[in-house]
Amino acid sequence: MTTADYLVELGDLTVTYDRHPALHHLTGGFARGSLTAVVGPNGAGKSTLIKAIAGLVRPAGGHVALHGLSSRDIAYMPQLAAIDDSFPISVLDATLLGHWRRVGAFGTITRAMKAAAREALATVGLEGFESRSFGSMSAGQRQRALFARVLVADSPLILLDEPFSAVDARTTADLIGLIGLWHDEGRTVVAVLHDFGQVRRYFPQALLLARRKVAWGETADVLTDGNLLAARAMSEAWDAEAPVCEDERAAG
Amino acid sequence: MIDLLIGPFADFGFMRRALVACFSLSLGSGAIGVFLVLRRMSLIGDTMAHSVLPGAAVGFMVAGLSLPAMSLGGFVAGLLVALASGLVSRYTPLKEDASFASFFMISLAVGVLLVSTHGSSVDLMHVLFGSILAVDDTSLMLMAGVATVTLLLFAVIFRGLVAECFDPTYLRAVRDQGGVYHTVFLILVVLNMVSGFQALGTLMAVGLMMLPATAARFWVAEVWSLIALATGIAFLSGYAGLVLSYQYNLPSGPAIVLVAGAIYMLSVAAGPRGGILAGLVRRRHLRS
Repeated sequence: MTTADYLVELGDLTVTYDRHPALHHLTGGFARGSLTAVVGPNGAGKSTLIKAIAGLVRPAGGHVALHGLSSRDIAYMPQLAAIDDSFPISVLDATLLGHWRRVGAFGTITRAMKAAAREALATVGLEGFESRSFGSMSAGQRQRALFARVLVADSPLILLDEPFSAVDARTTADLIGLIGLWHDEGRTVVAVLHDFGQVRRYFPQALLLARRKVAWGETADVLTDGNLLAARAMSEAWDAEAPVCEDERAAG
Repeated sequence: MIDLLIGPFADFGFMRRALVACFSLSLGSGAIGVFLVLRRMSLIGDTMAHSVLPGAAVGFMVAGLSLPAMSLGGFVAGLLVALASGLVSRYTPLKEDASFASFFMISLAVGVLLVSTHGSSVDLMHVLFGSILAVDDTSLMLMAGVATVTLLLFAVIFRGLVAECFDPTYLRAVRDQGGVYHTVFLILVVLNMVSGFQALGTLMAVGLMMLPATAARFWVAEVWSLIALATGIAFLSGYAGLVLSYQYNLPSGPAIVLVAGAIYMLSVAAGPRGGILAGLVRRRHLRS
């Protein structure tokens, strides 16, 4: 594969929090139209990678390059926990936020945009919930609403941060179906996941992280016992050292 | 009865002015208070109110008991505290509430120092507790102006402010400068504090902001209806407080805030959304 096929390309990407690396010298790319699961132990840098691609954290080194795509055109779905669910907003309004990249804070929400939001809610099984308050719904329903917002955004690149962490089996099955649909439509999808069975079944590509890349490629080649063991060992070794990034130590 | 409820306003110009002042304050305070509560910044309103003091004191030292000078001073001091707190919470690990608390303590101490070395305790009382019955035309224009600016700016930043409260990371991901809405909002908070301190004093002005907003939360559940109800409760508190203070010869500021406080207590007890009585009824329903 040449770099021209990449929608997102990572070059020696390093992200640090308080100088401790959360993600270390990651090089590679997400091909146009690929469907990739990002897996790894806790603290492996999975969410950090998603945030770096979305431009939410600044790399300490290296770069993220988007090919033929503006960073506004990314549909980023944060973890449910990052959202203030006590805020009084209706499900329809929360879904309409998906139009933000087109209308911003001041543009007009057209009738067509509202229709698109209603249709998205129907697609995720929340028909009739439009005027319900977002916080009054169950975690699974809230997650469905966030998927509706991604549908509304209609983006070529979709980043999902732990989309199934607080969700029952039925909702997960429905939403995985939706991800499959996006894949069929040719969108590029990157999702942080924990369930290896799920990943093996539905995600052709996988990236196994333990602060650095352990393996990246076809899911069957990535999720091998050897790789998983290596990932766990690497993550434990890192924790024991509580390291400062080597390069930074050298630099200053 | 009519004599009791309308009489004071028909008979006395200062009562009419006080009523208009209350209404102007309520128009701005309703929306501000609701967003302070929604952003979990209820106590930051309090700290902002206190940080206005040194500026007002400097204004007083320069120009005497002149409202424009004291207001301008208060506005600048409040803005400085908001700005400094914002910068510290952004660039250091200190959380927003802690950095606000730190700067407001500094500001308040400077204010008390200035007032006690350069003025009399009567002046301090005036700044701390205000005197809505002594509102003149200039301050009335100021309050009406602040209310107008507040409502207009709120209309402009409303969508951004709601989105930024609800899901700040999403807003940053679609490359929107969410911080702008927050900054404009903080400026509006300071403006309304300044507008309120002349009438109610720095301490009481926060009461008219927070109590209607926290009370409204027990009755309705959308941002627009919260703002509408909070504004209405603030109106009612202002009016009833003035009538009470007139009939029973009470200080007007505390009377107004205490009416708002009574409405709040009533809402906690009887409000349908999370009120104590509603909770009891629901529990009985489950048991049977």
